[in-house]
Amino acid sequence: MRNIIASVIGTGFGMILVKSEVSSWGRVQRMFRFEEPHMYLIIGSAIAVAAASVWIIKRWHVKAIGGEAPKFKPKPFTKGIIFGGALFGIGWAITGACPGPIYAQMGNGNLMAICSFCGAFVGAYLYAVLKPKLPG
Amino acid sequence: MDLFLQPWPWYVAGPLIGLTVPALLLLVGKPFGISSSFRHLGSICSPGTKIDYLRDNKWRDEIWNLFFVGGVVIGASLAGHFLVREPVALLPDSLATWPGGLLLFLGGCLVGFGTRWAGGCTSGHSIMGISSLNWSSLVATCCFFAGGLLMTWIIRPLFAAASGS
Repeated sequence: MRNIIASVIGTGFGMILVKSEVSSWGRVQRMFRFEEPHMYLIIGSAIAVAAASVWIIKRWHVKAIGGEAPKFKPKPFTKGIIFGGALFGIGWAITGACPGPIYAQMGNGNLMAICSFCGAFVGAYLYAVLKPKLPG
Repeated sequence: MDLFLQPWPWYVAGPLIGLTVPALLLLVGKPFGISSSFRHLGSICSPGTKIDYLRDNKWRDEIWNLFFVGGVVIGASLAGHFLVREPVALLPDSLATWPGGLLLFLGGCLVGFGTRWAGGCTSGHSIMGISSLNWSSLVATCCFFAGGLLMTWIIRPLFAAASGS
Protein backbone atom coordinates (compact mmCIF):
# COMPACT_ATOMS: atom_id res chain seq x y z
CA MET A 1 0.00 0.00 0.00
CA ARG A 2 2.84 2.34 0.98
CA ASN A 3 4.49 1.67 -2.37
CA ILE A 4 1.33 2.50 -4.28
CA ILE A 5 1.01 5.81 -2.42
CA ALA A 6 4.69 6.54 -3.10
CA SER A 7 4.20 5.99 -6.82
CA VAL A 8 1.10 8.21 -6.86
CA ILE A 9 3.01 11.04 -5.15
CA GLY A 10 5.87 10.40 -7.58
CA THR A 11 3.45 10.68 -10.51
CA GLY A 12 2.31 14.08 -9.28
CA PHE A 13 5.90 15.15 -8.74
CA GLY A 14 6.89 14.02 -12.25
CA MET A 15 4.04 16.04 -13.76
CA ILE A 16 5.19 19.15 -11.88
CA LEU A 17 8.80 18.66 -12.99
CA VAL A 18 7.66 18.69 -16.63
CA LYS A 19 4.97 21.37 -16.43
CA SER A 20 7.15 23.80 -14.44
CA GLU A 21 10.08 23.13 -16.83
CA VAL A 22 12.34 22.52 -13.82
CA SER A 23 13.62 19.56 -15.81
CA SER A 24 14.42 21.72 -18.84
CA TRP A 25 18.11 21.91 -19.76
CA GLY A 26 17.62 25.51 -20.92
CA ARG A 27 16.01 26.58 -17.64
CA VAL A 28 18.95 25.14 -15.70
CA GLN A 29 21.44 27.01 -17.93
CA ARG A 30 19.53 30.27 -17.50
CA MET A 31 19.54 29.71 -13.74
CA PHE A 32 23.33 29.34 -13.60
CA ARG A 33 23.76 32.31 -15.96
CA PHE A 34 21.46 34.41 -13.73
CA GLU A 35 19.31 35.19 -16.76
CA GLU A 36 15.94 34.46 -15.17
CA PRO A 37 14.68 33.96 -11.60
CA HIS A 38 12.28 31.07 -12.49
CA MET A 39 14.30 28.24 -10.91
CA TYR A 40 15.32 30.27 -7.86
CA LEU A 41 11.70 31.21 -7.19
CA ILE A 42 10.59 27.59 -7.54
CA ILE A 43 13.31 26.18 -5.28
CA GLY A 44 12.82 29.02 -2.80
CA SER A 45 9.05 28.68 -2.57
CA ALA A 46 9.35 24.87 -2.40
CA ILE A 47 11.70 25.20 0.58
CA ALA A 48 9.37 27.72 2.26
CA VAL A 49 6.31 25.46 1.94
CA ALA A 50 8.31 22.37 2.95
CA ALA A 51 9.81 24.17 5.97
CA ALA A 52 6.37 25.33 7.17
CA SER A 53 5.06 21.76 6.78
CA VAL A 54 7.99 20.24 8.65
CA TRP A 55 7.61 22.82 11.43
CA ILE A 56 3.92 21.99 11.81
CA ILE A 57 4.61 18.24 11.79
CA LYS A 58 7.30 18.57 14.45
CA ARG A 59 5.51 21.20 16.57
CA TRP A 60 2.26 19.21 16.88
CA HIS A 61 3.82 15.75 16.57
CA VAL A 62 1.65 14.92 13.57
CA LYS A 63 1.68 11.17 12.97
CA ALA A 64 2.08 9.46 9.64
CA ILE A 65 -0.51 7.06 8.26
CA GLY A 66 -0.44 3.94 10.44
CA GLY A 67 0.21 5.98 13.58
CA GLU A 68 4.01 6.12 13.42
CA ALA A 69 5.97 9.33 13.78
CA PRO A 70 7.44 10.33 10.39
CA LYS A 71 11.16 9.59 10.16
CA PHE A 72 13.59 12.46 9.73
CA LYS A 73 17.11 11.41 8.91
CA PRO A 74 19.51 14.22 9.79
CA LYS A 75 22.45 14.29 7.40
CA PRO A 76 25.69 15.00 9.28
CA PHE A 77 28.43 17.19 7.84
CA THR A 78 31.12 15.31 5.91
CA LYS A 79 33.89 16.29 3.50
CA GLY A 80 31.81 14.56 0.85
CA ILE A 81 29.23 17.32 1.16
CA ILE A 82 31.85 19.77 -0.13
CA PHE A 83 33.60 17.64 -2.78
CA GLY A 84 30.63 15.52 -3.82
CA GLY A 85 28.36 18.55 -3.75
CA ALA A 86 30.62 20.49 -6.13
CA LEU A 87 30.99 17.49 -8.49
CA PHE A 88 27.21 17.10 -8.58
CA GLY A 89 26.87 20.82 -9.34
CA ILE A 90 29.17 20.45 -12.35
CA GLY A 91 27.13 17.47 -13.52
CA TRP A 92 23.89 19.40 -13.00
CA ALA A 93 25.13 22.19 -15.28
CA ILE A 94 26.25 19.66 -17.94
CA THR A 95 23.15 17.44 -18.01
CA GLY A 96 20.67 20.21 -17.20
CA ALA A 97 19.14 17.86 -14.69
CA CYS A 98 19.45 16.87 -11.07
CA PRO A 99 18.33 13.29 -10.26
CA GLY A 100 14.55 13.92 -10.27
CA PRO A 101 14.60 15.66 -13.67
CA ILE A 102 16.73 12.87 -15.17
CA TYR A 103 13.78 10.53 -14.53
CA ALA A 104 11.34 13.21 -15.73
CA GLN A 105 13.23 13.83 -18.98
CA MET A 106 13.18 10.11 -19.76
CA GLY A 107 9.47 9.93 -19.00
CA ASN A 108 8.77 12.96 -21.15
CA GLY A 109 10.33 11.08 -24.06
CA ASN A 110 13.65 12.95 -24.25
CA LEU A 111 15.54 9.76 -24.91
CA MET A 112 19.02 11.33 -24.72
CA ALA A 113 18.37 11.55 -20.97
CA ILE A 114 18.97 7.78 -20.92
CA CYS A 115 22.66 8.70 -21.35
CA SER A 116 22.45 10.89 -18.22
CA PHE A 117 20.65 8.11 -16.34
CA CYS A 118 23.24 5.47 -17.29
CA GLY A 119 25.95 7.92 -16.27
CA ALA A 120 24.29 8.52 -12.90
CA PHE A 121 24.04 4.75 -12.30
CA VAL A 122 27.70 4.23 -13.24
CA GLY A 123 28.76 7.26 -11.18
CA ALA A 124 26.93 6.02 -8.09
CA TYR A 125 28.45 2.55 -8.60
CA LEU A 126 31.90 4.07 -8.95
CA TYR A 127 31.31 5.91 -5.68
CA ALA A 128 30.34 2.63 -4.01
CA VAL A 129 33.60 1.04 -5.19
CA LEU A 130 35.81 4.00 -4.26
CA LYS A 131 34.06 4.91 -1.00
CA PRO A 132 36.65 3.22 1.28
CA LYS A 133 39.38 5.39 -0.30
CA LEU A 134 37.51 8.69 -0.28
CA PRO A 135 37.47 11.21 2.60
CA GLY A 136 34.25 11.50 4.60
CA MET B 1 -7.93 23.98 -19.50
CA ASP B 2 -5.83 26.40 -21.50
CA LEU B 3 -4.08 27.52 -18.32
CA PHE B 4 -3.36 23.89 -17.54
CA LEU B 5 -1.66 23.32 -20.87
CA GLN B 6 0.72 26.26 -20.54
CA PRO B 7 3.91 26.01 -18.49
CA TRP B 8 2.97 26.34 -14.83
CA PRO B 9 4.26 29.49 -13.10
CA TRP B 10 6.70 29.28 -10.22
CA TYR B 11 4.10 30.20 -7.60
CA VAL B 12 2.12 27.10 -8.52
CA ALA B 13 5.01 24.69 -9.15
CA GLY B 14 7.23 25.70 -6.21
CA PRO B 15 4.61 25.23 -3.46
CA LEU B 16 3.45 21.96 -5.04
CA ILE B 17 7.04 20.66 -4.98
CA GLY B 18 7.22 21.79 -1.35
CA LEU B 19 4.05 19.81 -0.55
CA THR B 20 5.78 16.64 -1.74
CA VAL B 21 7.70 16.76 1.56
CA PRO B 22 4.71 16.48 3.97
CA ALA B 23 2.96 14.11 1.53
CA LEU B 24 5.85 11.64 1.74
CA LEU B 25 6.40 12.18 5.47
CA LEU B 26 2.76 11.63 6.40
CA LEU B 27 1.52 9.16 3.78
CA VAL B 28 4.67 7.08 3.34
CA GLY B 29 6.49 7.96 6.56
CA LYS B 30 9.75 8.73 4.74
CA PRO B 31 11.86 11.82 4.07
CA PHE B 32 11.95 13.17 0.50
CA GLY B 33 15.02 12.15 -1.51
CA ILE B 34 15.76 10.87 -4.99
CA SER B 35 19.46 10.23 -5.52
CA SER B 36 19.46 7.24 -3.14
CA SER B 37 17.51 5.45 -5.89
CA PHE B 38 20.82 5.07 -7.77
CA ARG B 39 22.29 3.25 -4.76
CA HIS B 40 19.25 0.97 -4.47
CA LEU B 41 19.46 0.12 -8.18
CA GLY B 42 23.16 -0.67 -7.70
CA SER B 43 22.37 -2.97 -4.78
CA ILE B 44 19.63 -4.76 -6.72
CA CYS B 45 21.93 -5.28 -9.72
CA SER B 46 24.71 -6.79 -7.61
CA PRO B 47 23.37 -9.45 -5.24
CA GLY B 48 26.10 -11.03 -3.14
CA THR B 49 28.46 -8.12 -3.80
CA LYS B 50 31.49 -7.46 -1.58
CA ILE B 51 31.09 -3.69 -1.98
CA ASP B 52 30.07 -2.52 1.51
CA TYR B 53 28.08 0.50 0.31
CA LEU B 54 25.82 -1.69 -1.84
CA ARG B 55 25.75 -4.76 0.43
CA ASP B 56 24.91 -2.89 3.65
CA ASN B 57 22.09 -1.01 1.94
CA LYS B 58 18.71 -2.21 3.16
CA TRP B 59 17.05 -1.49 -0.16
CA ARG B 60 14.08 -3.73 0.57
CA ASP B 61 13.10 -1.31 3.37
CA GLU B 62 13.49 1.59 0.97
CA ILE B 63 11.75 0.08 -2.04
CA TRP B 64 9.13 2.86 -1.79
CA ASN B 65 11.86 5.12 -3.22
CA LEU B 66 11.98 3.15 -6.48
CA PHE B 67 8.17 3.22 -6.70
CA PHE B 68 8.43 6.98 -6.22
CA VAL B 69 10.93 7.50 -9.06
CA GLY B 70 8.91 5.09 -11.21
CA GLY B 71 5.98 7.41 -10.56
CA VAL B 72 8.10 10.38 -11.66
CA VAL B 73 8.72 8.69 -15.03
CA ILE B 74 5.00 7.92 -15.43
CA GLY B 75 3.92 11.40 -14.34
CA ALA B 76 6.39 13.07 -16.69
CA SER B 77 5.14 10.87 -19.51
CA LEU B 78 1.49 11.72 -18.76
CA ALA B 79 2.25 15.45 -18.54
CA GLY B 80 4.35 15.34 -21.72
CA HIS B 81 1.59 13.60 -23.69
CA PHE B 82 -1.65 15.02 -22.32
CA LEU B 83 -0.89 18.32 -20.59
CA VAL B 84 0.88 20.09 -23.45
CA ARG B 85 -0.21 21.27 -26.90
CA GLU B 86 2.93 19.93 -28.51
CA PRO B 87 5.82 17.90 -27.06
CA VAL B 88 8.29 19.98 -25.03
CA ALA B 89 11.98 19.36 -25.67
CA LEU B 90 13.58 19.29 -22.23
CA LEU B 91 16.99 18.65 -23.81
CA PRO B 92 18.29 20.69 -26.76
CA ASP B 93 18.73 19.09 -30.19
CA SER B 94 22.41 20.04 -30.04
CA LEU B 95 22.91 17.27 -27.48
CA ALA B 96 21.19 14.62 -29.63
CA THR B 97 24.51 13.54 -31.18
CA TRP B 98 27.17 10.95 -30.25
CA PRO B 99 29.42 13.59 -28.61
CA GLY B 100 26.33 15.05 -26.94
CA GLY B 101 25.38 11.63 -25.58
CA LEU B 102 28.90 11.11 -24.26
CA LEU B 103 28.77 14.52 -22.59
CA LEU B 104 25.43 13.67 -20.96
CA PHE B 105 26.85 10.33 -19.82
CA LEU B 106 29.89 12.00 -18.26
CA GLY B 107 27.72 14.69 -16.68
CA GLY B 108 25.44 11.93 -15.40
CA CYS B 109 28.46 10.18 -13.85
CA LEU B 110 29.22 13.38 -11.92
CA VAL B 111 25.58 13.60 -10.83
CA GLY B 112 25.56 9.99 -9.57
CA PHE B 113 29.02 10.10 -7.99
CA GLY B 114 28.59 13.58 -6.51
CA THR B 115 25.12 13.10 -5.04
CA ARG B 116 26.07 9.83 -3.38
CA TRP B 117 29.30 11.32 -1.99
CA ALA B 118 27.38 14.33 -0.70
CA GLY B 119 24.62 12.06 0.64
CA GLY B 120 21.80 13.78 -1.23
CA CYS B 121 20.75 15.96 -4.14
CA THR B 122 18.50 18.94 -4.71
CA SER B 123 15.56 17.07 -3.19
CA GLY B 124 17.27 15.37 -0.23
CA HIS B 125 19.55 18.25 0.75
CA SER B 126 18.19 21.49 -0.74
CA ILE B 127 14.50 20.89 -0.12
CA MET B 128 14.18 18.19 2.57
CA GLY B 129 17.41 19.05 4.41
CA ILE B 130 17.13 22.83 4.50
CA SER B 131 13.44 22.74 5.37
CA SER B 132 14.23 20.58 8.41
CA LEU B 133 16.97 23.06 9.39
CA ASN B 134 19.78 20.58 8.76
CA TRP B 135 22.65 23.07 8.43
CA SER B 136 24.97 20.74 6.51
CA SER B 137 22.29 20.58 3.79
CA LEU B 138 22.63 24.35 3.38
CA VAL B 139 26.40 23.88 2.94
CA ALA B 140 25.68 21.11 0.41
CA THR B 141 23.33 23.37 -1.54
CA CYS B 142 25.96 26.14 -1.67
CA CYS B 143 28.43 23.56 -3.03
CA PHE B 144 25.90 22.38 -5.67
CA PHE B 145 25.64 25.95 -6.92
CA ALA B 146 29.38 26.54 -6.67
CA GLY B 147 29.93 23.51 -8.94
CA GLY B 148 27.24 24.65 -11.38
CA LEU B 149 28.63 28.18 -11.55
CA LEU B 150 32.17 26.84 -12.01
CA MET B 151 30.98 24.77 -14.97
CA THR B 152 28.88 27.54 -16.51
CA TRP B 153 31.22 30.50 -16.07
CA ILE B 154 34.72 28.95 -16.18
CA ILE B 155 35.02 25.36 -17.44
CA ARG B 156 32.59 25.62 -20.38
CA PRO B 157 34.01 28.98 -21.65
CA LEU B 158 37.52 27.52 -21.40
CA PHE B 159 36.52 24.50 -23.48
CA ALA B 160 34.73 26.75 -25.96
CA ALA B 161 37.83 28.93 -26.29
CA ALA B 162 40.10 25.89 -26.70
CA SER B 163 37.92 24.40 -29.43
CA GLY B 164 37.77 27.76 -31.18
CA SER B 165 34.00 28.06 -31.26
